[in-house]
Amino acid sequence: MKSLADLEAIRKKTLDQVTLRKDEDGVRIIVGMATCGIAAGARPVMNAFMEEVAKRNLEHVAITQTGCIGMCRLEPIVEVILPDKEKVTYVKMSPEKVAKVVAEHIVNGNPVTEYTIGAAE
Amino acid sequence: MEFARGHVLVCGGTGCTSSGSEQIIKEMEAQLKANGLEKEIQVVKTGCFGLCALGPIMIVYPEGAFYSRVQVEDVKEIVEEHLLKGRIVKRLLYDETIEEGSDNIKSLNEVTFYQKQLRIALKNCGVINPENIDEYIAFDGYKALGKVLTEMTPQEVIDVIKESGLRGRGGGGFPTGMKWQFTANSSNEKGKYVACNADEGDPGAFMDRSILEGDPHSVIEAMAIAAYAVGADQGYIYIRAEYPIAVKRLQIAIDQAKEYGLLGENIFDTGFNFNLELRLGAGAFVCGEETALMNSIEGMRGEPRPRPPFPAVKGLWEKPTLLNNVETYANICQIILNGAEWFQGIGTEKGKGTKVFALGGKINNTGLVEVPMGTTLREIVEEVGGGIPNGKKFKAAQTGGPSGGCIPAHLIDTPIDYDSLMAIGSMMGSGGLIVMDEDNCMVDIAKFFLEFTVDESCGKCTPCRVGTKRLYEILDKITKGQGTLEDLDRLEELSLMIKEGSLCGLGQTAPNPVLSTLKYFRDEYIAHVVDKKCPAGVCKDLLSYSIVADKCKGCSLCSRKCPVGAISGEIKSPFVIDNDKCIKCGACIESCKFGAIIKS
Repeated sequence: MKSLADLEAIRKKTLDQVTLRKDEDGVRIIVGMATCGIAAGARPVMNAFMEEVAKRNLEHVAITQTGCIGMCRLEPIVEVILPDKEKVTYVKMSPEKVAKVVAEHIVNGNPVTEYTIGAAE
Repeated sequence: MEFARGHVLVCGGTGCTSSGSEQIIKEMEAQLKANGLEKEIQVVKTGCFGLCALGPIMIVYPEGAFYSRVQVEDVKEIVEEHLLKGRIVKRLLYDETIEEGSDNIKSLNEVTFYQKQLRIALKNCGVINPENIDEYIAFDGYKALGKVLTEMTPQEVIDVIKESGLRGRGGGGFPTGMKWQFTANSSNEKGKYVACNADEGDPGAFMDRSILEGDPHSVIEAMAIAAYAVGADQGYIYIRAEYPIAVKRLQIAIDQAKEYGLLGENIFDTGFNFNLELRLGAGAFVCGEETALMNSIEGMRGEPRPRPPFPAVKGLWEKPTLLNNVETYANICQIILNGAEWFQGIGTEKGKGTKVFALGGKINNTGLVEVPMGTTLREIVEEVGGGIPNGKKFKAAQTGGPSGGCIPAHLIDTPIDYDSLMAIGSMMGSGGLIVMDEDNCMVDIAKFFLEFTVDESCGKCTPCRVGTKRLYEILDKITKGQGTLEDLDRLEELSLMIKEGSLCGLGQTAPNPVLSTLKYFRDEYIAHVVDKKCPAGVCKDLLSYSIVADKCKGCSLCSRKCPVGAISGEIKSPFVIDNDKCIKCGACIESCKFGAIIKS
């Protein structure tokens, strides 16, 4: 390493990986991972989110799971919470739909209405 | 490293390692693999979180779930429930982190233990993996060194440190900036050194160890900054060999820094060179004294030399040497990054910044805490420390280890900084803080510390070598009930002579435990000497055990438990203790179901 720029590059690269441990408000992606969710294919959905977040190098994004929220027929269910915004609930998710949610909602802040629980009901 | 959705932080400090955190990490990795989660969840071995009493400790992010006293058997449940299904294992949570009446987890900063703390030296402890330089860099590591080398002159660096008001954290409290200035002003002809005193030897102190285990790079970076400021190109860290984890992590950190070019030649392409090596000490307490430490680094006997010349003028191999303590260095990078004004805003008028304390003794939250200077002893003991176990009463706190003194209960509201502790006859020391309750005998405590200094006196000067031995003998006599009132005067006189006549800090401070207990707990000494009683019930020779006939049911249990056959009697009638045979082990009291045995 010969310059401050090199140092900054390492800092940036690693920060993505450790930012999870800071008490900061970021985007939260919550995947329903109860038996119903897992059976409906929640794990591939979660993996797709992780790949997408990694691919785009997104900072301040936490992916967590939760239990059954009671609408098993609509699983896999994913909730996305942007800082200071209302929670958006996506239903009947699939790995294919993930890229669109990440690009439009998480990156640009526009919820993908067609996948939400409001559209399904 | 790939993107991981969850981080499992397991404490790898000495406390948690000895309660099995290594096995927990192994089991965690195996369980993650078994559940196909090894790519999603990252296991990180960190430094000390501070709450050693609750170890082994594990924190799972992003939820921030704080699991305490985790056992190997619990790991499977954590993986299958929490990491796989997202259900937090409540029974293992540290109960203070659960919000009452709801399922929410409180952030760690809201827990009483952390609330009053301000972590500067311990900033990264328990947050980063100390064996991974990238994580240190992610939390602004080596940024201060970069700033210093590219934007500041050596004198500017010294000025910032001077202005910050930082004082040596090893105990003496000498202004750090002044020390740097003296060393910088010395002639540079034959070269200079910077050194780090990591020879932490007080019984019950583990601040420096935890910093080195949890955040070794913060000390390495600060030493490079110091070397630039004073004009040195070689550094030594003198660390005791009894700290194997700290030694290992330091070596890994030095190697990684070298590989990155953050140590070695031409750092940041500025022409600045700095090399750093470890020197292991064999564990002599006197080697924490700066001149003895330097003798030991040079390969000579660890004995102090007269000062002046001070190390800043003639130190290692007779060359100017800057010697600071671990915790002092751990503050440097933060001061450079945040500015002197920021640091000045913390603490008291004469004591700036924070101090790390190792809490031990009769306290609920045994562990490591960092509080702003000026925090009162009461806040540390009752709030951060969680109070005294079993509803006992606070009697005294011992600060400064064998060089310090006792702070009695009526001074518990003293704000802690260098000068206020000196004023009441104790000292900051390196930061050991031992809490004592009503079951501790102050004469016995003084004897304990003297026994330590008798062992650790290097023997170079007579007042210390012979004087501490005689002090110990008088104390021993008093605890055996053979002391006289004249002995108390003799203790005082001898103590003052040792302080006056000794060459180094060890001898000059060794009588402090005696003097401060004599000052604040003279009545206990008098009880030992005049009444031949130990009020706390500790000194065995002054105790006698007896059986209250009314309460004794004659069950014979105590008689069967007594290892020396001192209790006799007939079944169903009161038993008696033969005090000539009794060795005061207390086994009978523990065994009696009727509370019929008393000691007095």
